[in-house]
Amino acid sequence: MNTGTQSTNNSALYGLLAEFETPGALLEAARRTHAEGYRKIDAYSPFPIEGLAEAIHVHRNRLPRIVLLGGLVGCFVGFFFQYYAAVIDYPLNVGGRPFNSWPSFIPITFETTILFAAFTAVLAMFALNGLPQPYHPVFNVERFEHASRDRFFLCIEAGDPKFDALATRAFLESLQPEAVHEVEP
Amino acid sequence: MAQTETLLNKLAKYRQEAPVLAPGHTYGSITDKVSAIVLTRKTPKGWILGFTITFAGVMMLFAALAYLFVKGVGIWGINNPVGWGFAIINLVWWIGIGHAGTLISAILLLFRQTWRTSINRFAEAMTLFAVACAGIFPLIHVGRPWLAYWLLPYPNTMALWPQTRSPLAWDVFAISTYASVSALFWYIGLLPDLATLRDRTKNRWVRLIYGVLAMGWRGSAVHWSRYETTYLLLAGLATPLVLSVHTVISFDFAMSIIPGWHATIFPPYFVAGAIYAGFAMVLILAIPLRAIYGLEDFITTVHLRNMAKIMLATGLIVCYGYAVEAFMAWYSANEYEWYMMWNRWTGPYAPAYWALLFCNLVVPQLLWIEKVQSSPLWLFVIAIVVSVGMWLERFVIVVTSLHRDFLPSAWGMYYPTPWDWATYLGTIGLFFALIFLFVRVLPAISIFEMRTLVPVEEHK
Repeated sequence: MNTGTQSTNNSALYGLLAEFETPGALLEAARRTHAEGYRKIDAYSPFPIEGLAEAIHVHRNRLPRIVLLGGLVGCFVGFFFQYYAAVIDYPLNVGGRPFNSWPSFIPITFETTILFAAFTAVLAMFALNGLPQPYHPVFNVERFEHASRDRFFLCIEAGDPKFDALATRAFLESLQPEAVHEVEP
Repeated sequence: MAQTETLLNKLAKYRQEAPVLAPGHTYGSITDKVSAIVLTRKTPKGWILGFTITFAGVMMLFAALAYLFVKGVGIWGINNPVGWGFAIINLVWWIGIGHAGTLISAILLLFRQTWRTSINRFAEAMTLFAVACAGIFPLIHVGRPWLAYWLLPYPNTMALWPQTRSPLAWDVFAISTYASVSALFWYIGLLPDLATLRDRTKNRWVRLIYGVLAMGWRGSAVHWSRYETTYLLLAGLATPLVLSVHTVISFDFAMSIIPGWHATIFPPYFVAGAIYAGFAMVLILAIPLRAIYGLEDFITTVHLRNMAKIMLATGLIVCYGYAVEAFMAWYSANEYEWYMMWNRWTGPYAPAYWALLFCNLVVPQLLWIEKVQSSPLWLFVIAIVVSVGMWLERFVIVVTSLHRDFLPSAWGMYYPTPWDWATYLGTIGLFFALIFLFVRVLPAISIFEMRTLVPVEEHK
């Protein structure tokens, strides 16, 4: 099917990258690309754009639940470390007060809850995003350095079942981007 | 009706006069301006001078610490009635200064205050460095600092655990958690900007360093979505953390039975004092920074005015705390409490008390004046006065309560020695040296968040 016009064929391509000048244009393009039936797509922008992730990707954000779990573990660990130290391992009678004087364990329990939840949030974010990632094909496009400055990119990956080097390029050009770049794998 | 109209006009005019971001900026111009400070601009002479001076302070700190480790805490002015001197005063002062950084990043983010954007990055750096300076003091005041790790819970050969019913053990957890979470928050905020620096630099090695730190960040939409969730969650976690940290620090005092310390007002009063001192320090840093690097477009009059208003509000809360302390001393009819208060007013440390009221109560009232609110020079001076005042507050709390306790036979005086001063001034040197390094190698203003402030019309 892809007979390699302009040295282009699917196997030598990671995808096609359209460059836009404004966040609005990118958002609109992302919506239309998704509506067109493309699924292996990603958008790149120099700052978060509301609704962009939802426009290209039906994804449930599991982070809040993971963080809650991390916090609960921290809470448990914090309290039972103190319980273990003060009641089981080294019970110390301070003025006849109970060994399990839980009100005085609250501050440390609170701190470990926050500590575990915060680390869970950051580590889970990195894990779900697949970072650190030393290599990614989009960096092969010279213009892509503007993705961290002032340009907005939409990439349709070659792995998409609907991908066709010519038709996809034509579709992307119909979205009126500033340019369409080929992404080498 | 006409009245509301004029009010609205006034408001619109005010907004026009003082936007959060000066008009005319685009995504590119913001990126270039902030990243140029790190990547291409010549290091200003003021930077070299400032760094040299503050680095000498770091050396002084090292000398003071080395002598301390050789001789022990006897080189300080602490003695029998006053066992807690500069170490705890400076701990509380420094950690308080850190608080405004987290407040700006976390609480103002949750309240969707866009003006926080231009100041949050270096305010967070300020938090980290202030906590680092604060952390030195509890470590060195234990007398045998190389054994300070005993405060951490770990199964040791002595089969001993830290006493977690004690506020001092709470301190260890609160401060170390605060330092860790602040560092995480700061790094996560930096991530997209590190990617920007990686893409901007021409130097291979610099690109490698920023590239490793940026972890391959590429601004993918799905990444941004998780990133924003993480950032908001961290803000939500950091907010109660800030309040808890200074509450715990105040417990160091309030859980004791010493007159002048054993007070329920302490937690809120300490938290307000921390924010007060913290915003003073943000102003002390922001005003020279915007002047030296020409960042008036980003740190505008709106920022100065807002910070002035927060200082005014928290300053008044702190003064309410002073009033409650005095009232409770009288109302409780406890003779030790009342003597403590009377001693503060008329005793040997009375000059410190009245100076603190002058610095924290009288001078900041100038902030009611609109002209003062938007004058960098005035704000800078007031911020320094408040910083001194907040240090005096901690001095008065620690020293006047200890030096006259329940039995006159145990009374004494406390005088800081040159070693006390060298350590204290040394940490100030360390703090500013770190700030100088920070503005040189990392973007002092959050670039990616500033981009979101560019008005949409500019790009339609």
